[in-house]
Amino acid sequence: MTAAVIATDLVKDYVLKSETVHALRGITFEIPPGDYVAVMGPSGSGKSTLLNLLGCLDRPTDGTLILGESNVALLNDNELSDIRAQRVGFVFQSYNLIQQLNVVENIQVPLYYQGKLGREEKQRSRELADMVGLGDRLKHRPSQLSGGQQQRVAIARSMVNNPYYILADEPTGNLDSVTSNEILDLFDKLHEQGRTIILVTHENDVSERTNRIIRLMDGEIEVDKRIKPLPDGSSFTQAVEPEAGTDDEIVMGSSMNDQSSDE
Amino acid sequence: MGILTGLWRTMLLGTKSLLLHPMRSGLTVLGIFIGVASVIWLLAIGEGISLEAQKQIASLGARNIIVRTVKPPSEVLGDARVAVYGLRYDEFDMLVDTIPQIARAVPIREVKRMIRFGPNEVDGRLVGSTPDYFQATKLVVDRGRILNAADVEKRKDFCVLSKEVAQKLFPYQDPIGRRVLLPENNDFYEVIGVLKHRTATAAIGGSFSAQDFTKDVYIPLTTMNQRLGRQVWRRAAGTFEGEEVQLNQITLRVHRIEDVIPASQLIKDALRSHDATMDVDTVVPLELLEQAKTTRLMFMVFMGLIAAVSLLVGGIGIMNIMLATVTERTREIGIRRALGARRSKIISQFLVETITLSVIGGIVGVLAGLTCPWFITRGRDLLATVLEEEMAALPASVMSMVPTIVPISIPIAFGISVLVGIVFGIYPAIRAASMDPIEALRHE
Repeated sequence: MTAAVIATDLVKDYVLKSETVHALRGITFEIPPGDYVAVMGPSGSGKSTLLNLLGCLDRPTDGTLILGESNVALLNDNELSDIRAQRVGFVFQSYNLIQQLNVVENIQVPLYYQGKLGREEKQRSRELADMVGLGDRLKHRPSQLSGGQQQRVAIARSMVNNPYYILADEPTGNLDSVTSNEILDLFDKLHEQGRTIILVTHENDVSERTNRIIRLMDGEIEVDKRIKPLPDGSSFTQAVEPEAGTDDEIVMGSSMNDQSSDE
Repeated sequence: MGILTGLWRTMLLGTKSLLLHPMRSGLTVLGIFIGVASVIWLLAIGEGISLEAQKQIASLGARNIIVRTVKPPSEVLGDARVAVYGLRYDEFDMLVDTIPQIARAVPIREVKRMIRFGPNEVDGRLVGSTPDYFQATKLVVDRGRILNAADVEKRKDFCVLSKEVAQKLFPYQDPIGRRVLLPENNDFYEVIGVLKHRTATAAIGGSFSAQDFTKDVYIPLTTMNQRLGRQVWRRAAGTFEGEEVQLNQITLRVHRIEDVIPASQLIKDALRSHDATMDVDTVVPLELLEQAKTTRLMFMVFMGLIAAVSLLVGGIGIMNIMLATVTERTREIGIRRALGARRSKIISQFLVETITLSVIGGIVGVLAGLTCPWFITRGRDLLATVLEEEMAALPASVMSMVPTIVPISIPIAFGISVLVGIVFGIYPAIRAASMDPIEALRHE
């Protein structure tokens, strides 16, 4: 089995008023299935750009980004939409649920845009709601739920299309510490089930729970560090060997030139 | 099946979004509603007026040609003490003898006269004619009998009263067999019949003044000529004015409807060659009917235009609301795009919302449009009881007009409303779909 995503020399430039901003300056990495990655970095480092590319919301200026069998750089707008509907799960900082839809309906939105919403899929949406602990609130509107509950709905929604990976952008940014922990526990649980998770965060206690940290700085990968081994259940074995004692070194500024995903 | 359920789902979703702002959606629907209802109302009223006009023209008789005396301007008449003009007996005979299409010709002479019975008086119109007159003008006897050929031949002093004259002169008695007085001539006439009410004919295009039958007293033409003489004198502003008019009107009837136009041309030519003075006017109800139909078309177009303007206004209202909605829902659009909605899905979502609004407006508008005849007639009745005098002053055609729904106006109005929804919804929808999902997601 191939990687969930392979990025090679990924470049993204923005043109702002005749001035070109180099958001990503050619980064290369690979994320195997079942990995749990934290993308970190100060603002302006290119996190959001990388997230947009991984989420297929945008195309790279140069380089390749391989998702399954598709190179995102070569897809048109409709194909990007389809791949988002089928292969990407989004979790946002501000939940981003659709207000006029209830819990199940929100979970079903990606299926709706895939054009498959049969009995089976509906059943699956209910099971996912159950799994995130909202089985008894299927008909509630987002406005009737707490922030943590809304984020649970969003997580359930991100899994409904059985994606290559779940992209979580500061998923605990709007939550208090207790709720944040609950949400992170939920991510841990998904990870144990073999889900690939890419999590953007600037909080160290969040990134500590992941397997691997990719730190960006000025559009380049500053650190790509594996802190825990890939789980055994993962069919992917071609991972970076965990290095002993690295746990302590994931502090700001620790600059290892370990800029590779392996081989 | 898949497309249908997809569409159904989109519609449900659209309805949900619209219900988030019931007031706003309601007002938008109102704009379309008024547009659609006004199309149907205006066309129904236009049709009602037109049908009423056609009915009145038809009541003149489609096979009739009416030749009327018109008083020429005073320069033509000169300073003679007695003004001599109008249709003459020799002209009547000429028409009957030379124009083969004519089936029947009715000579009519009218004189204004006071009519009295006991203390009751009526400022009436004395009409001298032949028995054919009653048939030609569709007058029906209520009691007694109408004049017959023998009455005319023997110059009988018989008269037939219109219903209204009879009511005024004989409020409590049976008029049949009584004798009414014409004080100006000191003449008595025996009432032999009373007619049923006859609604006034239309005054069409100014060429034919409305004919009111409510003041008429009918006597044989022969009797009239004998007793009143040829000249009629009338007191006016201290002087006497004399007039010599042999016939005020000739109502001609042709054999077949196709004969009407050629015969009317022959009649006009014959009268012009016979007498150069412009003292005669020819009215052809059939021509008027054709004109009325043309007028109806123009009227419809005009009404349709007015209604179209109101639909346009409704459409602009829709567009306005949808643009605001799109801006307001930028974030939702971003979410949907991120979750895999293609641009076309966003377009169809917003388009379905506008179409839903306009279809609801259209349906309610059509239903309201259908109530038009009911509302107009009831409203008129109500006004007639509250503002009796003002309403009585209105022309009869307004009072008796019944709005008639033009069937085609329903699909047209409904179709236009849907079209308005599409036309005015497409731009906001495209705007929604063309948003950059990243920007849209960032929108607060």
